[in-house]
Amino acid sequence: MFTILEKRLLAENIFLMKVEAPRVAHAALPGQFVIVRADAVGERIPLTIADFDTTEGSVTIVIQTLGVSTKKICELEVGEQLADFAGPLGRPSEFVHEPIEELRKRRYIFIGGGVGTAPVYPQVKWLKEQGVEVDVIIGAKNRDMLIYTEEMERVALHLYITTDDGSAGSKGLVTAKLEELIAAGNHYDECVAIGPMIMMKFVALTTKKYSLKTTVSLNALMVDGTGMCGACRVTVAGKTRFTCVEGPEFDAHEVDFDEAMRRQGMYRNLEQRALAIRKEREEGHKCRIGLDK
Amino acid sequence: MANKIPRVPVREQDPAIRATNFEEVCYGYNLEEAQLEASRCLDCKNPRCVGACPVGLQIPRFIAALHEGNIRQAASIIAEDSSLPSICGRVCPQESQCEGACILGIKGEPVAIGKIERFIGDWKLEHSDEVATTPTPSNGRRVAVVGSGPSGLACASDLAKWGYEVTVFEALHKLGGVLVYGIPEFRLPKERIVAREISEVEKLGVKFEKDVIVGRTVTVDSLLDEEGFDAVFIGSGAGLPRFMGIEGENLNGVVSANEFLTRANLMHAYDTEYDTPIYVGKRVVVVGGGNVAMDAVRTAKRLGAEAVIVYRRSEQELPARVEEVHHAKEEGIEFKMLTNPVAVLGNEQGWVTGIRCVEMELGEPDESGRRSPIVKEGSEFEVDCDVVIMALGTSPNPLIASTTEGLETSRRGCITASEEGQTSREGVFAGGDAVTGAATVILAMGAGRKAAKTIDQYLKQKE
Repeated sequence: MFTILEKRLLAENIFLMKVEAPRVAHAALPGQFVIVRADAVGERIPLTIADFDTTEGSVTIVIQTLGVSTKKICELEVGEQLADFAGPLGRPSEFVHEPIEELRKRRYIFIGGGVGTAPVYPQVKWLKEQGVEVDVIIGAKNRDMLIYTEEMERVALHLYITTDDGSAGSKGLVTAKLEELIAAGNHYDECVAIGPMIMMKFVALTTKKYSLKTTVSLNALMVDGTGMCGACRVTVAGKTRFTCVEGPEFDAHEVDFDEAMRRQGMYRNLEQRALAIRKEREEGHKCRIGLDK
Repeated sequence: MANKIPRVPVREQDPAIRATNFEEVCYGYNLEEAQLEASRCLDCKNPRCVGACPVGLQIPRFIAALHEGNIRQAASIIAEDSSLPSICGRVCPQESQCEGACILGIKGEPVAIGKIERFIGDWKLEHSDEVATTPTPSNGRRVAVVGSGPSGLACASDLAKWGYEVTVFEALHKLGGVLVYGIPEFRLPKERIVAREISEVEKLGVKFEKDVIVGRTVTVDSLLDEEGFDAVFIGSGAGLPRFMGIEGENLNGVVSANEFLTRANLMHAYDTEYDTPIYVGKRVVVVGGGNVAMDAVRTAKRLGAEAVIVYRRSEQELPARVEEVHHAKEEGIEFKMLTNPVAVLGNEQGWVTGIRCVEMELGEPDESGRRSPIVKEGSEFEVDCDVVIMALGTSPNPLIASTTEGLETSRRGCITASEEGQTSREGVFAGGDAVTGAATVILAMGAGRKAAKTIDQYLKQKE
């Protein structure tokens, strides 16, 4: 179970992993996520599904190595197994429940930022399969950090690329590209943005000006991911919601992004500490005054 | 004569030492102590203890068997009504059940029924290899059990004994439900007790599949229609943690007791070999007065924090087991009774710095029979802390109900089921916290066993 079937380095510290998980693949829909654990002492890490193949019984995830746990997952090789791969979790994207005829009348713009580009892909792919053409903007720091461009090229009607330094596509932020597209006369009925919290916040601020309905996928902290712990609570329209069972997608114009960003950092110090301890241990340093406890 | 012997004290870890470790608090009786305590039982003609036990354990019978030295017989007597004696002996609220009804308790101290049950249960686990458990040959019928907590385990083991092919689906990566994520190691050892109880269930031929979230990975309907199960038992447990709805509740440093305990128990966050972090701070306030609140506050203490309980009623109304409150006090937990938080306070960076509370006084009894707390005017005061843990109970998890057509739920969102475990859907049964809301291990276990009987009758009728 949960054997790694394929592993690719997409960009610096960003890996793609295709995992054998027939039950998850069978049930998965766009917008959902999985909880992954590398080994018996590992943390439960929520990761948005980047692709799934029902016939093959596989699910693809894209991970950026940030702390000890994501690093551990990325160190596993093809043929090795993840300890746990549970899902699909969360509610699927709203559009999967809507009549196809309605969807076909609608103009969508998807925005993917950094590693968040990966979970945009199954949504665009699903819509394409239903005959719904959508535009996509991908943003990254630079050319080397761009991911999923070829895959997206295949499923998007128009693909626009932006980089902070202009090394690929146009120079600037995804929000500038969006405003440019709207100014050029493109009409959109709905926007879906997935990426760093700060990007989603600014997309929300931008689209609000145009009263453009916008959905974001929140990557809140989670422990169990099934509604038990409440670590993932976010404020949406002034009400506390659980990202894992009521999300992960919410109306961007109602999300309290500042609180969500702050809450994401709750364990940052502890995680950085754990990473530093691990690094020292790897380098053969053994703390003799117990600071690694 | 018998009642002249005082209740045999149970050996415990020294409070000052145990407040710094996660080893079990109570060592339990040895054979000699257990038999001496058993000799105190009056073997009443109308045993009130049996009537006060949610599953009607034949208490005087197993105590007599132990007293006569027939431990194995004592274990079989318990097994007629309970599948988890080692666990229930540790976590049942005996003072409001069997021991609360014991006639000896009127003038003196009741028989330590819980400690005796625990001794017999542990003895059975330790001697389990002496009796070869072989799976009952299959009757060709398949039952799916949702959740590997107390109700699921109890239901699965009875059905397996009767020849059903049972598969238990667990959402988490470890088996045991609340026994592993909720109740801490110092109250219920995971490897020595819980894992062994589960391996006993496995020996009966029950299959376990982890990482399967019913309502997401599979549905009740797909289990029945696609995977060929003849019946489904839902024992999915309590659910989403409740919060107070007060200002500042989403500040960094406010967590639910479920989150805090899951990090500590299921994820072993207190062990540096494990990767999951836990934020403990220097001073922790736990809001609530139930067993979960006691578990959280004692865990926080063990992780090095100063730990305080804040509860809106008085000590008399604390819903926690008396033993837990007693242990918590011994360990140096501060209790602020008749106190209710009205806001969580934070600094500019959004981290908790304290809570604002009001003093309460008790008024008329409410529908629960407990006197309801009323705010004392002008009594606001602040308590410094850097972590606030909310232990206010749970509301039902919507995952199964919302994905199962025709499964009725109560106004509160619990799955509707009869005493016998029958839901509104044919072939679908339920029991435990998923039906009742957060309750006790013994009630869940009892519900699991009742449902097993109902499932058996249902499948036999269908033939």
